[in-house]
Amino acid sequence: MSKFLKSISIGAVATLLAVPATAQTFGLGRAALPEEISAWNLDVHPDGSGLPEGQGDAIDGEEIFAVQCAACHGDFAEGIGNWPKLAGGMDTLDREDPLKTVGSYWPYLSTTFDYIRRSMPYGNAGTLSADETYAIVAYILYSNDLVEDDFVLSKDTFLDVEMPNADGFILDDRLETEFTKWVGEPCMTGCKDTVEVTMRALVLDVTPEETAADAAVVEAASQQEAAITAEPAAVAAQEEAVPEPVGASVDPALIAEGMKVFRKCKSCHQVGDGAKNRSGPILNGLIGAPAGHIDGFKYSKPLMAKSEEGLVWNAETLAGFLAAPKAYIKGTKMGFAGLKDPADIEAVIAYLTTFSDP
Amino acid sequence: MTQKPSRREFLASGIAAGAVITSASAAKAETPDPLITETQTWAQSFGDGVDATPYGMPIRFEDDVIRRNVEWLTADTISSINFTPIHALDGTITPQGCAFERHHSGAIELKKEDYRLMINGMVDRPLVFTYADLERFPRENHTYFLECAANTGMEWAGAQLNGAQFTHGMIHNMEYTGVPLRTLLEEAGYDTAGIWVYVEGADASSNGRSIPMEKALDDVLVAFKANGEALRKEHGYPVRLIVPGWEGNMWVKWIRRIEVMDAPVESREETSKYTDTLENGISRKWTWAMDAKSVVTSPSPQAPISHGTGPLVISGLAWSGRGAIVRVDVSKNGGKTWETARLAKPGEKMALTRFYLDTIWDGEEMLLQSRAMDETGYVQPTKAQLREVRGENSVYHNNCIQTWWVRPNGEAENVEVS
Repeated sequence: MSKFLKSISIGAVATLLAVPATAQTFGLGRAALPEEISAWNLDVHPDGSGLPEGQGDAIDGEEIFAVQCAACHGDFAEGIGNWPKLAGGMDTLDREDPLKTVGSYWPYLSTTFDYIRRSMPYGNAGTLSADETYAIVAYILYSNDLVEDDFVLSKDTFLDVEMPNADGFILDDRLETEFTKWVGEPCMTGCKDTVEVTMRALVLDVTPEETAADAAVVEAASQQEAAITAEPAAVAAQEEAVPEPVGASVDPALIAEGMKVFRKCKSCHQVGDGAKNRSGPILNGLIGAPAGHIDGFKYSKPLMAKSEEGLVWNAETLAGFLAAPKAYIKGTKMGFAGLKDPADIEAVIAYLTTFSDP
Repeated sequence: MTQKPSRREFLASGIAAGAVITSASAAKAETPDPLITETQTWAQSFGDGVDATPYGMPIRFEDDVIRRNVEWLTADTISSINFTPIHALDGTITPQGCAFERHHSGAIELKKEDYRLMINGMVDRPLVFTYADLERFPRENHTYFLECAANTGMEWAGAQLNGAQFTHGMIHNMEYTGVPLRTLLEEAGYDTAGIWVYVEGADASSNGRSIPMEKALDDVLVAFKANGEALRKEHGYPVRLIVPGWEGNMWVKWIRRIEVMDAPVESREETSKYTDTLENGISRKWTWAMDAKSVVTSPSPQAPISHGTGPLVISGLAWSGRGAIVRVDVSKNGGKTWETARLAKPGEKMALTRFYLDTIWDGEEMLLQSRAMDETGYVQPTKAQLREVRGENSVYHNNCIQTWWVRPNGEAENVEVS
């Protein structure tokens, strides 16, 4: 018996220490090329290794942030609605409902750079240059009062930034702090004298109504039918194909240009068949429609006030709004900073016209 | 199986339910049942032919058994979560079509032909595999639960959501087919100084996580089938990672890269998210394992008792990320006394276990609870015990004992008890 146990334990040790060179291989797969590895390996580590060349400061970052990030995260990284807040919350971690932001919670600056470069902006991931990423990270640090606005972030200055919550983490200690308490034969009878109901979910009443889910079923079923009848290729083509111009006077090249500009809008707005309201409303039928015409989207009060005053979207009004949204409608929910180039505005309006009835 | 009434339909028919309760023990028909005495259409004419449904969905009478979303939880459905209808399922295997989804950039479409898996970092031979390559390695079948670390997370501060689907539905349990990660690491010749692997997905979120090499070599699978069929799009088609017993966020979908390294990346998902803040403001990290947990799935708020007094099947699920479930106790009085439930099958490591308590209901109200025990000797704690150690600021890893308040009319509500 003891001999048997011994052989098992030796076997277990041998398994753990198995030298890869002696392991069975199958000769499957092919060598990964250096260009392929560098295309996918974007890791940035806490010690700054993996950071690319480049630089940026908060002054540049503010402008980029306004265009690329503010629609969800707010102009000052304060977050809009349920979207993540990136700034503030210092000294709240030991209070009720702590506010966890890059400044108050994230232990490593590398995480911010790594995540933004890989996965942001939301809906258009992986499109930021190294300089833009440095500038955005610098702006987020500035919004958290962690650097001055002229602090130039690069691989050389990266480790100069001190993250306030760097020492705020411990390794999982459940085995020591919890397992020792909650083991053994549990109580079966006479475990408590009294039991009182102390809180009720029905009183709080935040559970979704089943009617909403029923609607989802109907929707899913109708989508399913559509999927059966539609050619899959047509659905894929719809994404990139330039729509047919509605009016003969609209230049197809301008529409194509507008489709490119619209990429800046896509993380919040959808157009075409199957478009849904996201953080911004559907933009089908926009041209010629009164402001705030999409049912089921909650527009800002100032926008609805403009609508009541008679604001109708046409080439002229839309150009004014897109050039400076916050100046045109003070208090609009649209966090977008605006399009600087009038040619971009003209193009994107031409593109949106193709989704409007003539 | 007949369609269960919704909670509101059930409440609306309270008078009828009362009538059932009084007559339940005297099961005696006063008039002949026309379903028996009259010829029904289904007994007379045809049903569907074999070509009617090349790939079937549940019959329409079951169309309320669906994943549901809680809109106020997240800003956008693209980066969000929905919930498995565990109140309406039985057994342990979760059908893929109603198994909860969690995406960070939406469920992408990635076809097998376009799929590539790279292994790089501290390896002798950085490699790229195609989907077809993966199918040529020796493969294994294993059944495991996947629980999101945030399951029951909304309940920390008190009873919030009224339904087992919403309180405990960030879980599913499937039989996976795949290649052990160990096999792929050996194929690339991993360096034994590499004590971590970093795994990332092909979707826009990337969702990278660092996993200790010890776990990677132990039981992690690179899977391409679930419950016998291809992974569904929302579960990572064509290939996802299976990390048995550990929080769902690590089960990277659409996995595209495995990097052997000597230190963790400290990615967003393992620093700013999926860490657990204690009362003093200090946060635990690397809390990977899911502790033992259980819940009564029926009766529960979405599955009230509709048959009155008499025989009642109390049923639920139990699981542990640290091994097999060995016992589940059920209390009908909020934890004053407990009875040991029957396990449908002996518990399996890191897989859901179904339990039943076959009982006689006297029509009195119940404060129903279940309490799981796993093979390590760990006993599922109460919410008060958890709060005593962790405070109320945590989001993840809430494995507390759940209470349903079952009323004399059979209705059940999510409550917290002293």
